[in-house]
Order: sequence, then C-alpha cells, then structure tokens
Amino acid sequence: MRNTRLFSLIRKEFIQILRDPRTLYITFAIPVIQLFLLGYTATTDVRNIPLAVFDLSRSPASRRLLDAYRAADYFNLAFDLDSEDEMRTLIDAGDARAGMIIPPDYAEKLLANETASVYFVLDGSDPNVASTSLAAAELIGQTHSTTLVIERLERRGLTGAFEPAVEVRSRVWYNPDMESAIFMVPAMIGIILQLLTSLLTATAIVRERERGTIEQLIVTPIRPWELIVGKITPYVALALFDMLEVLLVGTLWFGVPIRGSLGLLVALSGLFLLGSLGIGLMVSTFAKTQQEATMLTYFTMLPTIFLSGFFFPLAAMPPALQAVSHVIPLRYYLIIIRSILLKGAGAELLTNEIFALAIFGILVMGIAALRFRKRLD
Amino acid sequence: MPVMIQAQNLRRSFSGKPAVDGLSLSIEAGEIYALVGPDGAGKTTTLRLLCGALQPDDGQIHLAGIDLLRQTEHARAQIGYLPQRFSLYGELTVLENLRFFAEVRGLPSSDWVPRSEEILEFVGLAEFADRRAEALSGGMRQKLGLAAALVHQPNILLLDEPTGGVDPVTRQSFWQLLIRLLRQGVAVLISTPYMDEASRCNRVGFLQHGRMLVEGTPAEIVAHLQGRVLELVGRPRRLLEQLAAADPQVENAHSFGDRLHLRLAPASADAVMQRLTEAAREHAATIDHIRPVRPGLEDVFLDLLEGSHVA
Repeated sequence: MRNTRLFSLIRKEFIQILRDPRTLYITFAIPVIQLFLLGYTATTDVRNIPLAVFDLSRSPASRRLLDAYRAADYFNLAFDLDSEDEMRTLIDAGDARAGMIIPPDYAEKLLANETASVYFVLDGSDPNVASTSLAAAELIGQTHSTTLVIERLERRGLTGAFEPAVEVRSRVWYNPDMESAIFMVPAMIGIILQLLTSLLTATAIVRERERGTIEQLIVTPIRPWELIVGKITPYVALALFDMLEVLLVGTLWFGVPIRGSLGLLVALSGLFLLGSLGIGLMVSTFAKTQQEATMLTYFTMLPTIFLSGFFFPLAAMPPALQAVSHVIPLRYYLIIIRSILLKGAGAELLTNEIFALAIFGILVMGIAALRFRKRLD
Repeated sequence: MPVMIQAQNLRRSFSGKPAVDGLSLSIEAGEIYALVGPDGAGKTTTLRLLCGALQPDDGQIHLAGIDLLRQTEHARAQIGYLPQRFSLYGELTVLENLRFFAEVRGLPSSDWVPRSEEILEFVGLAEFADRRAEALSGGMRQKLGLAAALVHQPNILLLDEPTGGVDPVTRQSFWQLLIRLLRQGVAVLISTPYMDEASRCNRVGFLQHGRMLVEGTPAEIVAHLQGRVLELVGRPRRLLEQLAAADPQVENAHSFGDRLHLRLAPASADAVMQRLTEAAREHAATIDHIRPVRPGLEDVFLDLLEGSHVA
C-alpha cells in the first residue's frame, strides 16, 4: 500500500529543489569548491620555508653545510645576507620565516677539530611552522655533523670502523607520504554531509513557515511524522549524492584511496545523517526565519569542526574538551570514514563508533520529532 | 439546517495578552457569516483556532459535529481554509499546487484529475493551469488559494480576508463563486474589512479585543441606529462638517464620498436638522439636502467602536 500523502510531499519537495537555483548551487557546487579549498589550504605539511642566511665564513665548509640544508625540501634558501640587521628586517616583514648565521670562524674550528656553532633563528608567530622548521633544522644539522665526524675518523685511519649503534627504521602506514589531502578529504565528506543536511533540512522546514505555506499544510490530514519524513527524504538523497560526488573528486584528483567497502561507508553515512537531520529538524523547531535557521546551524557547526578531530588531534586537547568531544557525532564519523577509506576497516572494528552514532541519531531525532508540532504555536 | 461550525467560549492569549476572549460562534450549513472588526480584533486568530492551526487555551470547537480538539484530523477533513497570506508553493504550477493539495487530502489520481479541471474552470483559472503560482497576479492567487481550499469538496470554508488587495471585478466574481458554494450547502465563515461584503452575508459578528460586540443579520444590526443617521450634502463641506460636529446632539460626523453621515443621539433627528439648517444660513453655507437615511453597517461599526471606548 503506497502512502500517497508522503509520496506527493516528497515529489513536491523535489520539484521545489529542482526549480530553485540557489538550493541546486548549494547542493552540487559548494561541496566541490569547499573540497578544493580545503584540500589545498588545510595542509599542515611544512615545506619550502624561506630561510635567510648570513654566512660570515664564506668558506667551502660553510657552503657544504648550506648544500645540506638545500638538499632537504624543508627550506628555501631565499636570502643571502650581508648583515644581521637585514635578517631581522626580513623576519619582521615575514619574508623570511627563519634565519641562519654561520660565524666567521666556522671553517677554522672544524679544521681544528673543535665544535663549530651555527645559529638558527626562528619566527615563532606560527608555532606549527616554527616547530617543524626547528625539528628539521636540528635534524639536518645533526646529520651533517655525523657525516663530518665520520670523515674525521676516516682521516685518522679508522676506515669503515664507524657504524651507527642504533638505526630507527620507520614506516608510515595508510598514508606513506603523509599527505594532508588524504587525511582531509574524508573529513571534508563528513563536514559537508552534516552541514548540508542540517542546513537544508532546517531551512526547508522554516521556509514553509516563513512563506505561510505551513498554514495550508496544517489543515491537510498529513501526519506530523509524514511531514518530517517527507521533508527529510529528498535531502538524504541529495546528501548521499554529494558524498559520492566529493568522494569521486577526492579519489580522482587528490588520490584518496578507497580500501574498504563502499557499501558499508554509504550505510554508516546514512546512520550519521540521522543525527545531522535531527539537528536540522531541531533547529527548525526554534528558528522563525531562514536566516535564523542558517545562523543556528552554523553555530552547531563550530564545535563540531573543532571538537571532532577534523583539524586538531583530540589527544592533544584538555581532558574536559576531550570529554565534550564524545557528544560530537562527527568525531565518530571521522574515525569511521578514515578507517574505511584509508585502512580498509570493516564494521567489526568500528562497533563503538556505530553504536555511538546510532544513540546520537535516535536521541536527537527523537527529541526533535517530539518538539515538532503541526501547528503555528 | 445542521450546525457546521460550533465554537464555545474560545480563549487564546499570546504571552499573557488575550487575542480571543470567550468567543462563541454557531454557523449552519448554507450560511455565510462575516467576522468584522478593527485590526488586531482577533479575526485571524479565531480562524486559526477553528482550523486547528492554533491550540485554544480554553473552549470547545465542533466542525460538522466532530470535536476538533479530540479528532483533529477527522474534523480538519471537513474544512477548506484560505489564509490571509498567499500560502501555496510559488515554484509549483497552478495544476501542480492543486495536485499536491488533492493528493495530501487523500484524493486518488482518478479523482483529482477531473476534479482539478472542474475546479479550475469553476474559479476561472483553466487557461493558467501550467503557469507557476509565483507568476500569478494577486487576484489569481486568491482564486488559486480558493481552488486549493475547495479541491476536496469541504463542507466548511474558512476565508481570512479573501478579497484583500483584489480588484473589484475579481471581487465580484469571487462572490459569485461563494454564492454557488452556499447553494451547495457549504457553511462559510469569512473575515473581511469591507462593510459592503459583510452586508451581503447572512449574519455578521463585530469583534473587538477578541470579544463579540454584537451579532446578527445585517438588518438586525443596523436597526440599532434606525432613525439616528442623517445624510447631509452641501458646500463648503469642511464648514458643514465643523458645524455638525459642534452640535450637542451629533455624536459623530463622517464623510462617505461627497456626503456626510451624522450619527445622532436617540430621537433628535428633527431638532438637529432644524439647528443645522439655521447654522448653515448664518455661515452662508449651502445645504443641498439633509435627511434621515437607513444606517449602514459602517455607521454601526463606528458607533460600536466609539461606544466601547467610553465603556
């Protein structure tokens, strides 16, 4: 037995979507634009840091040191200076993010088998860049130092006698080149799914109220649950389409792997959407205008983005905030989508996350549905 | 005739301020009832309560004998409602709007197709069936709204200022439609700011501050002021209005087009006519005619509003 009321509600909603260029644009263009923006900007990879060099030694030895820095792509030896003041000016202006001073006695001390010092100055205003360049600068310096020590030993006739005592052989799994895009694109899918569904659901319901069409709907025998399902279904379809759209671009353009089951991903995305739609429905029961609905939805997005592990690792947050992050559904979805896409994980490894999403979805949707009234007051 | 709309002691307030305050109504099949009153009198709230869009704080509503508060959806199936604001979907065509409201009302497509043709013909929108609702003129929108409210052949029609902002020709044809519906036995409750429309109704109720000030047939209502309204035509009108207002037994002077309507204290018509004629002569004003006329609803309306200020 087909439910005519529900069916015609859904069809009506689709006609409205297809004839509204704004909704179409939000649905199909924005996610891809956001993906490209974030795929390229939300990178924590630190490369090509502009480095200003004040070389007082001007010797073959100092040039060798600089070659060692040049060889790693962390630094771009952009400036060759004649004074320390120049260095300060360049770092103040932000043209150089780091500076290196090689003292005049560098070559002499090395020849005399003494320890030669090199000074490294860092712009700490962006801690992310500073900590990466600090680590890189020390690592390159130490490696160079080791090379020089071995050469000294060899000159004393200890040929081949020097082998490092410990060698750390590291291997990075899942994302061997540690590219940000591969980490970010799956997360983007989560953000887009939640923002789009909650925003479109909330505004679609509030629009009925704003335009007064709700008054005519109220006097029809549509049941409240039919109204909810009828309003939501089209946006679930749009959101799943968006997910595949973003995933396709992510795979083809950014090279994001799909190692796990796509079917499982779609199914669990549906579970995640239950919560997002619930948020949208909840917002619609508070907001009187579409603007209000938009504002409220964005308001729910901020904690979601910061407390989900989207940008910042949860493990580094204060315990109180970590506790709060447990009620953020995106947190669980990010684990799910990253695990399925990058690690090829199956459902059996994700039971906790699935359970959490189900609880959140049922709870939010349930409360919103109870608040939802087929009345004006 | 069976009572189709029965409301008893309805109360509803918004943040402590009563909008409808102990209102009772009873409207029979085939009867058209006009709710009139100033803005904010509670007309729209009353209609919204009657269709279940708002929940009353107190009171009872029966539509075609069905308790609206208990059997909400069953009772709602009896009504067609035309809200004051256009409340159909602008992105949908005329026919799509009708189809939508027919289907959510539970009409199968074998029924709604002939029904929507019939109804578009009835309201005169047949040739605009494929036009988007947002591209319709104000009058056509109201007709489409009426068509959507009628698509399931309701026994009760609730119309909230249906002819507001509509040209006189369209208003006329709108009324022709209503009269045909009344003959079919539909009970109609209409709120209107137009006294000429109210006077075409079987009964009129004056609403103020959510309370019924007076209720009755137009004839019963104007009987309140029988013999107490004078019509005065003359020049200069400004001066005549001032002279009339200065008379102790003239309660009120209002312009109706090129004439003045004077509302008098009871049993004072002859004395007032005499005094005004003399006063006009003294001030060199010309009176073309001054005579008692049958009061209109508007006269009563103004009298009631001012009376309630005193009370």
